[in-house]
Amino acid sequence: AALKDALRSQVSAALKEGRVTPTELCQRCLALIKSTKFLNAYITVTEETALKQAEESEERYKRGQPLGILDGIPIAVKDNFNTAGIETTCASNMLKGYISPYNATVVQKLLDQGAVLLGKTNLDEFAMGSGSTDGVFGPVRNPWSYSKQYKEKSIPKSHSEDKEPDWVISGGSSGGSAAAVSSFTCFAALGSDTGGSTRNPAAHCGVVGLKPTYGLISRHGLIPLVNSMDVPGILTRCVDDAAVLLGSLAGHDPKDSTTIQDDFKPFELPNLTDVSKLSIGIPKEYHAPGLSSEILAFWSKAADLFKNAGAKVVEVSLPHTRYSIVCYHVLCTAEVASNMARFDGLEYGHRSDVKDSTESMYAATRREGFNDVVRGRILSGNYFLLKQNYEKYFVKAQKVRRLIASDFGKVFRSGVDILLTPTTLSDAAPYTEFIQEDNRTRSAQDDILTQAANMAGLPAINVPTALSERGLPVGLQFIGRSFQEKQLLTVAKWFEKQVQFPVIQLEEVKRHDSGVFQQQKSASFS
Amino acid sequence: MRVLSLGRWLRAGRVPPRGRVRLNSGHRHSGHRPQAPPQGPAQVPPRKVSVEVLDHLEHLALVDFRDSEGVERLQKAIQFADQLHEVNTDGVEPMDSVLEDRCLYLREDDVTEGNCTKELLENARETVEEYFVAPPGNIPLLKLEEQNTYLQGSK
Repeated sequence: AALKDALRSQVSAALKEGRVTPTELCQRCLALIKSTKFLNAYITVTEETALKQAEESEERYKRGQPLGILDGIPIAVKDNFNTAGIETTCASNMLKGYISPYNATVVQKLLDQGAVLLGKTNLDEFAMGSGSTDGVFGPVRNPWSYSKQYKEKSIPKSHSEDKEPDWVISGGSSGGSAAAVSSFTCFAALGSDTGGSTRNPAAHCGVVGLKPTYGLISRHGLIPLVNSMDVPGILTRCVDDAAVLLGSLAGHDPKDSTTIQDDFKPFELPNLTDVSKLSIGIPKEYHAPGLSSEILAFWSKAADLFKNAGAKVVEVSLPHTRYSIVCYHVLCTAEVASNMARFDGLEYGHRSDVKDSTESMYAATRREGFNDVVRGRILSGNYFLLKQNYEKYFVKAQKVRRLIASDFGKVFRSGVDILLTPTTLSDAAPYTEFIQEDNRTRSAQDDILTQAANMAGLPAINVPTALSERGLPVGLQFIGRSFQEKQLLTVAKWFEKQVQFPVIQLEEVKRHDSGVFQQQKSASFS
Repeated sequence: MRVLSLGRWLRAGRVPPRGRVRLNSGHRHSGHRPQAPPQGPAQVPPRKVSVEVLDHLEHLALVDFRDSEGVERLQKAIQFADQLHEVNTDGVEPMDSVLEDRCLYLREDDVTEGNCTKELLENARETVEEYFVAPPGNIPLLKLEEQNTYLQGSK
């Protein structure tokens, strides 16, 4: 209650004051979704239910009884969260047509606060991938591909009116959610983060991507990939919004016993002016092979920014960083092998017509339902879990995991408050270039900077920093101590204010412009 | 802890990206695509996995390799994972979960929800009354010799 009163928000205030109604807002977002359909950010658009929710929200505002700061705010949810009565596919043939019988806890919490669910966003199949290119509904296009900023930097081609050739990827696996937020079709979106799946697309799409501490937000209803590393991720246009979303989602859930039982108090972010008491760590191993010189320069500048503002900036070492991706590869495939075993066609999802025997039906169902990436990970995982390999690979990876986690522990105990690293190795690649390497190779390359935070369960956030020479967003990552999201977000907010990341200039959005949208573009709902 | 001098650090001999680093000459596909991460000190050739093991994996996972690409993918995955053996983990305990220092929440053993048979059955393709219908059970998958799959062809 205190949070709602204290925060001033452009759209939230506008809703409260009646300058715009939830239905108007919802309709504008739905119209924008239609005109940005070529981005392929949404798998399912729940037009009817969204309008109904908007109407109910409008009633509440009329009575002067909004449920909270999120009442009437349009949001989108990644399609690996269960949403009651709405198709949940995980971008896979295995779950095409599957209508969830229940809401994931995080979805329920958002709905309970009056948020308006616009639809389910596109992703890599079963959240496996780093480009949002491997789902059955096709790849997600980065909205920045169509921005004035990118087009200005592109070499004009002979057939320059052609929208097709050089659009860039949105990153993954929560690419749809990131694209949806980036293109103004919603104010916030849920993603999931197992190896960087929220922060990677956030960096490529120029939005804020928050990975909370493992155990803070409930995973009940999130179709699992790696149970010991998955977290729901939050994508918004500014850090304050991320804090608001976090406040409504965090907390113990009896339905997810891996959520911690400590009391969680939603917080407001202070406007930090004095960073002199802060100690920022720069892990040298994050200067990974392949890091573009551009991003290196931005990283450097950011470190200087903190130093010049009086913070203590020190080089630190996380010696096992280079093994993090290998470790992840083994643990992820092993847990995937286990988690994907539930898809057999018997109780839900796709079912093959083969009737000879249970096993042959299962095998055929899985052959028909999963794509190469998923099948590949299942088989690798099973290999690492074979009796003769269990110690050598799985247990070994678990030991290396402990080493990685304790690397972070040592650094934080030595007085460093926050780590500053790049989020991705370069800006978004053109789709045609990206698909030349297979999914596993790409994931191994692209997850390298984000993955370790999942290993150690630490909170991490991508803050859009600047535009690259090609006119595409580049983000930097802050990693904090476990359960210290307030400190992490406070620093991120300070940084965001310093860098003043430009607003995307999209034709489609301009066309839908009105007084309300003008306000929205530069701010957010909080 | 010494204060970071990024200038010094940037000039120091960090391994430069291998291979193609084209300067940004204005071409759209400019040269900052990341290289493949280091494969390990020596380029060990991918370990060949025996057909028996591959067959065993297909039976365990109930998922097929489908073609030579699938098998190659596995071999590359194993080669990648072999890098783990460079790390010295003597005396290190395996870590199951980052929350290992806490107790999982256990609730009281009381029935709090249920009675959702109808909803659950709606998602299944083949049901009879309140049952899920499965094809006959204890018939094992065809042995390798009897199959008409990629692996059989490659033996």
